[in-house]
Amino acid sequence: MSEKKIRVLVAKPGLDGHDRGAKVVARALRDAGMEVIYTGLHQTPEQVAEAALQEDVDVVGLSILSGAHLTLVPRVRELLQERGMGEVLLLAGGIIPEEDGAVLKEKGAADAIFTPGASLEGIVHYIREKIAVS
Amino acid sequence: MDPVKELLQGNRRALARLISLVENNDPLKEEIMQRLFPHTGKAYLVGVTGAPGAGKSSLVDRLLGEARRSGFTVGVIAVDPTSPFTGGAILGDRIRMQEHALDRGIFIRSMGTRGSLGGLSRAAREAVQVMDAFGKDLIIIETVGVGQSEIDIVKTADSTVVVLTPAGGDSVQTIKAGIMEIGDIFVINKSDLPGSERTVAEVNLALDLKEEPGWRPPVLPVMALRGEGIAELWQKLLEHRRHLEQSGFLESRRRERAESELGELVEFLVKSRVWQNIKTQISLEKLIEAIALRRRDPYGAARELLRQINFPL
Ligand SMILES: Nc1nc2c(ncn2[C@@H]2O[C@H](COP(=O)(O)OP(=O)(O)OP(=O)(O)O)[C@@H](O)[C@H]2O)c(=O)[nH]1
Ligand SMILES: [Mg+2]
Repeated sequence: MSEKKIRVLVAKPGLDGHDRGAKVVARALRDAGMEVIYTGLHQTPEQVAEAALQEDVDVVGLSILSGAHLTLVPRVRELLQERGMGEVLLLAGGIIPEEDGAVLKEKGAADAIFTPGASLEGIVHYIREKIAVS
Repeated sequence: MDPVKELLQGNRRALARLISLVENNDPLKEEIMQRLFPHTGKAYLVGVTGAPGAGKSSLVDRLLGEARRSGFTVGVIAVDPTSPFTGGAILGDRIRMQEHALDRGIFIRSMGTRGSLGGLSRAAREAVQVMDAFGKDLIIIETVGVGQSEIDIVKTADSTVVVLTPAGGDSVQTIKAGIMEIGDIFVINKSDLPGSERTVAEVNLALDLKEEPGWRPPVLPVMALRGEGIAELWQKLLEHRRHLEQSGFLESRRRERAESELGELVEFLVKSRVWQNIKTQISLEKLIEAIALRRRDPYGAARELLRQINFPL
């Protein structure tokens, strides 16, 4: 009788200074029964990938408001792959223009993009659908 | 590839995965733990407990620096409460443990209490064993000091650090009953705040009242935020470990741990097996209803259930 839970790393890479949005998402995921590892501000992509490895997460959610998403997201993906974690669901949220989001998805960097208008239920639903817990 | 072999070769991904496996009570767990067992028993286990926000994670972060300078590799297990209503948790201890985020000699794992019966003690203890088999020299377990969890942690750890903060105007009289008994070392963190000296004195006074053969728990003022008092804490931990070894307490603690571990495992096996049999063979609905309507007494009903599955009573 396995008691698996969905584990999500919520991280804020880059230099922008507030994490209100990330915290709101973290709480919504907790309320949906997930385990959320929250790491705080100013994470480097290396720190994000290391934490993802040690915590053995199913999902990494990056909150990026600084505009550096086109470098940060692919870098995190690359570092996850280096660590044998290519199958991790990588989500990006924050202020990401639609065309950039399309680029990130096309390159296979991000699995999904959630901009500030996205509903919390939508995020929860997406994760549940992708990570089937037996 | 076999994850146990990978772990023993130092593969960190395998370590992370095996911790998940034991934490999830995976069907493979028992076999894995059996195979890991011969490689365990070498690590020094330190428990850190205290009220929410006392500065435990900040303290652990600083201790990591000292331990690494002394040449120890370190595993950290940081336990936070799971919400009993949703089963979810926000595990935030890593926020304060960023100093060593990229040091390959350190492995930090966050865990929710998950609220299963004896949840903390079982999952945390098993994760400790996995890290021990991996070869970590020091394993630190951080738990919030509420309810049963701090007692469980003492059962698991060789040395227990209790983190308190200056009581301000209050007297430490308000310290929870039992907390004085579990600490091998007391830290008064946030010693930059007013009332620190008084708190140190009061905890010392409380400790003077109890007789302890061989080891008088020291009370150390610390400022985790700035790293003050950490070197002293690390020295005291090493001293306590020497004391445990030389006095024979280490052996007796490990014997006690073996006893409770064996007991818990037997209980777990019996309980899960019994319920599995009851649930596959007997429909409980009617019986439960009869008890709820007070047509039957639960004592007789429980015995009858066990007789029906031929459990030797
Ligand atoms: N003034 C002062 N604040 C401190 C000190 N050490 C830690 N803090 C602060 O206390 C707060 C809680 O610190 P943590 O290390 O997260 O405490 P914790 O006991 O791990 O908290 P939980 O895991 O949530 O129970 C943070 O805001 C720290 O910056 C200190 O020496 N002095
Ligand atoms: Mg903490």
